[in-house]
Amino acid sequence: MLLLNKDQVTNWLNKLMQTCQVFAPVKEGDYFCFKQISSCDQVILNYNNTRVPPKEVLFPRSEKLFCYRCENDGVQLTEQIDESKKIIIGLRPCDAKSLLLLDNVFSSDKYQDPYYLTRRNNTVLVGLGCNQPAGTCFCTSLGGSPFSTEGLDLLLVDIGDQYVVEVLTERGRALLSGMELPAADQEAQEAARMVKEGASLSSQVNLEGLKSRLDVNFYDPIWDLIHEKCLGCAACTYTCPTCHCFDIVDEAAGNEGCRIRNWDACMFPLFTLHGSGHNPRPTGKERFRQRVMHKFKYFVDNFNAIACVGCGRCIINCPVNLDIREVLAEIQGSEVRSDNQ
Amino acid sequence: MRELTKAIQETAQKLLQDKEVELVVGFAEGSLPLRNTPCFIRQPEEAQRLVWGYGCENNLATYLRKRPEKLAVVAKGCDSRSIVELIKENQINREKLVIIGVPCQGMIDRKKVTRLLAGRELLEAEVKDGQVVLKGKGYSEAVPREQLLHDSCLTCQHPNPVLFDIMLGEPVPVKEADSFGDLASFEAKAPAEKRAYLIQELSRCIRCYACRQACPMCFCEECFADCSMPQWLSKSSLNVQDNVFFQAVRALHLAGRCVDCGACDRACPTSIDLRTLTHKMVKDVQELFGYTAGVSLEEKPPLAAPLSSSTLNHF
Repeated sequence: MLLLNKDQVTNWLNKLMQTCQVFAPVKEGDYFCFKQISSCDQVILNYNNTRVPPKEVLFPRSEKLFCYRCENDGVQLTEQIDESKKIIIGLRPCDAKSLLLLDNVFSSDKYQDPYYLTRRNNTVLVGLGCNQPAGTCFCTSLGGSPFSTEGLDLLLVDIGDQYVVEVLTERGRALLSGMELPAADQEAQEAARMVKEGASLSSQVNLEGLKSRLDVNFYDPIWDLIHEKCLGCAACTYTCPTCHCFDIVDEAAGNEGCRIRNWDACMFPLFTLHGSGHNPRPTGKERFRQRVMHKFKYFVDNFNAIACVGCGRCIINCPVNLDIREVLAEIQGSEVRSDNQ
Repeated sequence: MRELTKAIQETAQKLLQDKEVELVVGFAEGSLPLRNTPCFIRQPEEAQRLVWGYGCENNLATYLRKRPEKLAVVAKGCDSRSIVELIKENQINREKLVIIGVPCQGMIDRKKVTRLLAGRELLEAEVKDGQVVLKGKGYSEAVPREQLLHDSCLTCQHPNPVLFDIMLGEPVPVKEADSFGDLASFEAKAPAEKRAYLIQELSRCIRCYACRQACPMCFCEECFADCSMPQWLSKSSLNVQDNVFFQAVRALHLAGRCVDCGACDRACPTSIDLRTLTHKMVKDVQELFGYTAGVSLEEKPPLAAPLSSSTLNHF
């Protein structure tokens, strides 16, 4: 454990910006978001969390996969792989965990996604522990914690005028080279321990037995009502750090164009609309069920992990206050009726 | 508020008991401070879940289109005005809808609360005697309610429902006519500056379409933004122009239909200023056509009626 004075942060970031793209929380309007910074003045590390999660650094809302141009002697293709070195500073442990979950999707035996993985492998993650988790946070129910180091290269623990820096990987250590940070003394370590102890969560969800319920309740009448107030927008999906569905479109004009990957959302009717006009998820009921099932059943079936980190963004951002904690409680409280009965 | 809550519960219970309706759409207690949430009540004994508060910010008219069953809705002024327009556009069957009118004192804008608290988390809030008491870890602050109301509520001319079957509570006093003062700075901008402002705001758009989905009047079976043949605008957000184009067309499509409820603006997760566009449209429609959306069942929507000679003089 090392000790970083807060007044050294500017110096450190300036140094990092010379060789890497640095993404950090900046204020935009009333809220925060991760942006590539050009000056340290923009960075605000005293923040709760961002509206849109840092997944957008590795898996952007829209990205060009390749561009093409038809010429006399054929088609010219240019692949767009982002190989720049990046650092994300100040991401929360829940968001770091979400990237581990996304890795399952973009890197498997069957498929390696070069666009995501190139960025991922070139990105170093500097986490910031949560001294004061929000009332909507429930990371501990999902196996996380306000100071979890999972998936991080460095973790900063704010102890007032200084950060205690936990070095977790060699890549993390390399970021600090030349800084000559002193080891955290007894007093600083004690302060970090106190901060960690003081970070309690008021919110929890009960996931015990949820998976086995979802295994059998696809046709349960609970789905008829539970989605009813949902408007069918993607505020939850697009601000979710683990949602990863995308759509690929060609955008062309004349004899050239690009193939673009955009975020997509299971809450949209278009998401599953077939070319024939048939839609296997014709109403909000099927779409909302899909959202819950994907996170708490299908992802578990596929990767043995729940696709939720308890960041609470969907709770904060839902325009009608459809709270995932209440949805899960309602499913948990419902009478189990097996689909097979 | 407590009396209104009680009156709503009793009314809903009776309507369900007497089988006058199968469903009551209203608001329940939300899961966040200053937040109420839309709720759907089908059993008389569930009517006690209904409440009235300062977080009944959603426009419930959005849930009423093309319903098969006979139902009742708890409607404040703006909801009732959207209902009027939706009836005119044949989206709501008046015979099958019971409107429980509720006078509205304005809803609290949680974005204003966030701004005021500057990073401190709101854990609890209480509204009494015109004051909102905001509480969190180590603070308790009282703020006049007026300071925290939505901008659309501050200029609202129809806080009392314009159309109802049952009216609860006492009508609230109506404010002076909307002077559209909030638009002055936008209108004073040169075209290039207006464009720059919209681009700056819409650079935050993530195309979640919460604005469209929250709007009771956005009900096209296929939104132009979703069309692929022809594709009117890019599905990507690589170019901010496309985000601006989407909102500009959306606002234009709402001309003479938007009741300035502010639902789109509230729904936006990235806090884009959408109301400047919609409010400007409301103003233009008033000036050009002398039409205010949602106040009369008889008056024809301006874009569906022949232009009168006085309107033509405007152009």
